[in-house]
Amino acid sequence: MKELLVVSGKGGTGKTTIVGTLAVLAKDTPLIRNPVLADCDVDAADLHLILNPATKESKEFFGLKKAGLDRDKCDNCGECIPVCRFDAITSHNGIIRLDPISCEGCGVCYRVCPRQAITMEDFIAGHWFVSDTPYGPMVHARLGIAEENSGKLVMEVRREARRIAETLESNLIISDGPPGIGCPVISAMTGVDLVLIVTEPTVAGIHDMERLYNLAKGFDVEVAVCINKYDLDSETSADIEGFCHAHNIYVAGKIAFDERVVKALTRGEPIIMPRRRMSSGAQRTSSDPHSLPDTTARAIEELWTKIVVRLY
Amino acid sequence: MIISVASGKGGTGKTTVAVNLALTLAETESVCFLDCDVEEPNAHLFLKPELKGSSKVTVPVPVVDEKKCNRCGLCGEVCAFNAILPLGEDVLTFHELCHGCGGCTLFCPTNAIREEPQEIGVIEWGNSGEIFHVQGKLNIGSPLAPPIVKAVRAHNVDRPQCTVYIIDAPPGTSCPVVSSVMNADFCLLVTEPTPFGLHDLKLAVDMVRELKVPFGVVINRAGLGYEDLADYCKAENIPVLAEIPFDRRYAKCYAKGGRLIDEFPEIKKTFRELRQAILVSAGRV
Repeated sequence: MKELLVVSGKGGTGKTTIVGTLAVLAKDTPLIRNPVLADCDVDAADLHLILNPATKESKEFFGLKKAGLDRDKCDNCGECIPVCRFDAITSHNGIIRLDPISCEGCGVCYRVCPRQAITMEDFIAGHWFVSDTPYGPMVHARLGIAEENSGKLVMEVRREARRIAETLESNLIISDGPPGIGCPVISAMTGVDLVLIVTEPTVAGIHDMERLYNLAKGFDVEVAVCINKYDLDSETSADIEGFCHAHNIYVAGKIAFDERVVKALTRGEPIIMPRRRMSSGAQRTSSDPHSLPDTTARAIEELWTKIVVRLY
Repeated sequence: MIISVASGKGGTGKTTVAVNLALTLAETESVCFLDCDVEEPNAHLFLKPELKGSSKVTVPVPVVDEKKCNRCGLCGEVCAFNAILPLGEDVLTFHELCHGCGGCTLFCPTNAIREEPQEIGVIEWGNSGEIFHVQGKLNIGSPLAPPIVKAVRAHNVDRPQCTVYIIDAPPGTSCPVVSSVMNADFCLLVTEPTPFGLHDLKLAVDMVRELKVPFGVVINRAGLGYEDLADYCKAENIPVLAEIPFDRRYAKCYAKGGRLIDEFPEIKKTFRELRQAILVSAGRV
């Protein structure tokens, strides 16, 4: 079983759109057996908007416990204030106040309190879901607002995706990764078989791609690059290719800027429709509808073929 | 006055809005720009500051003195982050998991644990024309962004007295974003008229409401024909303070690291109106 992670560092390069399209193509690829999809962007998960999942299962995600205060026991002695390094405990007119948003759940105040007035309470920090999509089962999640531990939730999503993949004897998990290079990305990246970086020819795109590449290198993960909207600025595109060449990074695809892609998205559709219907009983339409039966569709199909060759 | 520029979804034009707004505000105010998108700081690509100083951001991590340690195992029990693990005769530490809460050091009965600063990133500062620029950069491989965001916000070396602080926040709604928006006087949420943009805007709205920061929306790439976004803002009574049309020329300008207000007079006008709207909303005018 292989795991493909699609990331971008910078947002808005087209990562989720490409993942959605690869999901459609994977379903149509005979070599790929029962692909499983995982949305590891737990902070602002969007993949479900193009894949229209029907949620089958919803589970609570418990983050770290958080400090709570028993007012009856608290005598406002204030011993908890200096030991909190996250400025989550303050005193207002001599009354202790806990800020659950700043609390990181370390529990130091709980241990210091001489009157056992602080409790560590379970905290639902988000939810994760298992859903059915026309392109295979999908695991996705929703982190609560202002929550920590996105990395831990990403681990949960990946664990569940792997479990489903094993049950189905699947040979591919496609993951939509979080932005940035911090804790959720690290959780999403460790141990995958291929990281596809979707970048764009902008000064910010190339800058973020380089940081992401260095992160992946540190984890010893194989990297391939896709330059999306490559014709937006041919010089910067050439710079990206130059960087990839110099670092021996495989450029798996180049996709032109296409306003119809944006338009398709505003309608909430994947930009390529399936060639053949997989569900039993559905007939194969003679027109084989591709919403983009041209260069953009071909460019993404080529990208997909190269990824498959790289993986297997 | 502190103005945070945030967005649920990445790539909606948050940095573009923050940079052009900062330049516009600098015409009438003394502006400090704080790039708190420390995982991928990009504003410097457009503001091109002359950096003149930098300092390391560290978190205190535990170091165990094997001679003093009596293998009681309490440190492992205390640590909520699994960053210290007593294992037989050894005590293993995982500094990348440590949040620097100091619990293990505080509770060790034999004082066998001391703290050492571990570098997780840097902050850098300098001038970009009239604007004082501060940015944070998370070290590659380090997972912990919020302490760097806090360091950027707290930075005061060389910093002149400013009337306006613009914070370029990271995307999303999780801890580093909260650190960037908390205690701001106003928050601009940048979005785009697509289902992704709307979905993530709703999350961002929930966040700023929870943080009780007054806010308004900027719609970037307006005119894509997705009406649900405007309908949502109307239904929720959220002020749309500016719209920047979808235009390939703007995308090209951004791609090269250009500033929209320098190249397009109509955008300059939009940002002057936005400046006015924010100052009014915040009760400054």
